[in-house]
Amino acid sequence: MKKLVSTAFASLALFCLSTAALAAPPIKIGALFAVTGPASFLGEPERNTAQMVVDEINKAGGVKGRKLELITYDTGGDATKAVQLANKLVKNDQVVAIIGPSTTGDTMAVIPVVEKAQVPLISCSAGIKITDPVKKWVFKTAQNDTLAVARIYEQLKKEKKSKVAILTVSDSFGSSGREQLKAQARHFGIQIISDDTYGPKDTDMTPQLTKIKSAKPDAIICWGTNPGPAVIARNAKQLGLAIPLYMSHGVSSKKFIELAGDAAEGIRLPSGKVLVADLLPKSDKQKGSLLAFIKDYQNHYRAEGDHFGGHAWDAMMLLKGAIERGGDTPAGIRNALEATRNFAGIGGVFSYSAKDHAGLTKDAFTLVEVRKKDWVLVK
Amino acid sequence: MELLNQVTQFVISGLATGSIYALIGLSFAIIFNSTGIINFAQGEFVMLGGVLTIFSLNVLQLPLAAAIVAAVAVTTVIGILFERLAIRPLKNATPLALIIITIGASILIRGVVMLLWGKDTQALPAFSGTDPITVAGATLLPQHLWIFGVTVMVIVGCRLFFNHTISGKAMRACSFNRRAANLVGISVGRMVLFSFVISAAVGSLAGVIIAPLTMTSYDVGVMLGLKGFCAAIMGGMGSGLGTVLGGLILGTLESLGAGLVSSGYKDAIAFFILLLILFIRPQGLFKKGETERV
Repeated sequence: MKKLVSTAFASLALFCLSTAALAAPPIKIGALFAVTGPASFLGEPERNTAQMVVDEINKAGGVKGRKLELITYDTGGDATKAVQLANKLVKNDQVVAIIGPSTTGDTMAVIPVVEKAQVPLISCSAGIKITDPVKKWVFKTAQNDTLAVARIYEQLKKEKKSKVAILTVSDSFGSSGREQLKAQARHFGIQIISDDTYGPKDTDMTPQLTKIKSAKPDAIICWGTNPGPAVIARNAKQLGLAIPLYMSHGVSSKKFIELAGDAAEGIRLPSGKVLVADLLPKSDKQKGSLLAFIKDYQNHYRAEGDHFGGHAWDAMMLLKGAIERGGDTPAGIRNALEATRNFAGIGGVFSYSAKDHAGLTKDAFTLVEVRKKDWVLVK
Repeated sequence: MELLNQVTQFVISGLATGSIYALIGLSFAIIFNSTGIINFAQGEFVMLGGVLTIFSLNVLQLPLAAAIVAAVAVTTVIGILFERLAIRPLKNATPLALIIITIGASILIRGVVMLLWGKDTQALPAFSGTDPITVAGATLLPQHLWIFGVTVMVIVGCRLFFNHTISGKAMRACSFNRRAANLVGISVGRMVLFSFVISAAVGSLAGVIIAPLTMTSYDVGVMLGLKGFCAAIMGGMGSGLGTVLGGLILGTLESLGAGLVSSGYKDAIAFFILLLILFIRPQGLFKKGETERV
């Protein structure tokens, strides 16, 4: 009897051991986000979203039966720290892929690390130089500024408006926008008749607008992030400007409407589709993903999901797809990522190829107009 | 005609911005006059005025007038605490050490506000609507009239206070010669505290009246403080009227520079003129050369 009991115990123990061995170890994925510091408005929703997606995937049984493990580090928006942490992810944690970082500066700094270690990186930042020229191991999910510019110009061309005045902020966001606005103008048959700038902390832009008013453009395009564009919207209302005013995607949030108040009425801007998910027609390929993301984010964090969270959502889902198709090795994931076609995510419909690691077209942006303190789609 | 209208608009916009610089410059000059130090936390008082008003309005649900009074009062208390905790304990510190302390205080205040209220920019509703008013072909907002009005009131108030009250005269005495003031029975310590009170109140009031136009966030104080400092320097860091004119000139130059020359060089033009003034008239634009400060 005693022997029987001990055999039973022994076999039970063996059984336990074998199941433990059968459940394969989780697939390790690294994440670098600027959760603190000046870029925390990017990093925080990105970190939240990435964690949320991993939790959801694991709850649903993981990828091909294997759980995912997300190892997140905070770069604080500091490129030096980002490089150290990227090294740590690659050498100590031995992750199979990395998502992030949040800013273009951090991303450019870690590119040499991942290229050398041959680990795929899906960046959540927008800078065009991240994937231009194409780097073998680097992909990105955030939309290029070029696409936003193209979206505005396309609309102007449709309305046969050819003379524009541009007013850009004198920081990296504004100067990148200014470059693109000037570079693409000719292609759309648009003439820039007035080119002005303002400082990120300036509090009155009526001089620039007065000057623009006298140049009589068909439209004004302003490129900046809050609060400058809100000041410009108010100044334009003060001067009684009747010229259509376009903003950049840098202010595509409810915050802009709140800051500009009544002056926001009628302003148009290119925006990612998260903002207007419910307004999109049923035929829109992204609608399913968008609604799922917004609902999940609301359930997890009691807050509205935004574009930035969307970049991390896209990165995680692209990675999930790549692991399903390409296996759990860095090289397999990279090849599967590059072969991704028509993935309808939050930022747009991604189709990567050997020549394009950004994967989006100008349809990633939709043109919205502020009406009655809310967004409507511009037809 | 078109150009004339434009220039009118530039000048009016410039004067409006300039009044803000003037108010902030004035609050710099008040502390400098009684202590000999330049309070680099002045911009933070301006920021506190705006941020606290928005907080009282939105979170404490006070009516606008009460919210403004509360914000100015709280900022003044912060000014008092700052003087008591950071300036007074250092009895024999050099002005340089004290200036460094004010820089530290400004970073501290900025950090605390950022932690308490976040980094988002916030807007305050305009005091009396946003319908533009047309003046000689140019437009301005009702809020600009508030700014002009408050600036004039503060200037007149300061003038009356410093020239016609015992406390005001005592404070001026401290600025001319501390030891002598002490000898005739003026409590220099009290006057220094007093100057912080007035300066914090004026600074925060400036912050309140501009918040509807420029919006506010934890870091607006840096640039506004710098511009106010320039206004004070142009005015010779002392004479009330000089500082105000300095502010108005700076604002108008910026606006004309942005409108007529190039918006990219707007700040450069203004600061170039500032340097020019410092080279030609180091004692300030509106100050007699012989005034000597010890």
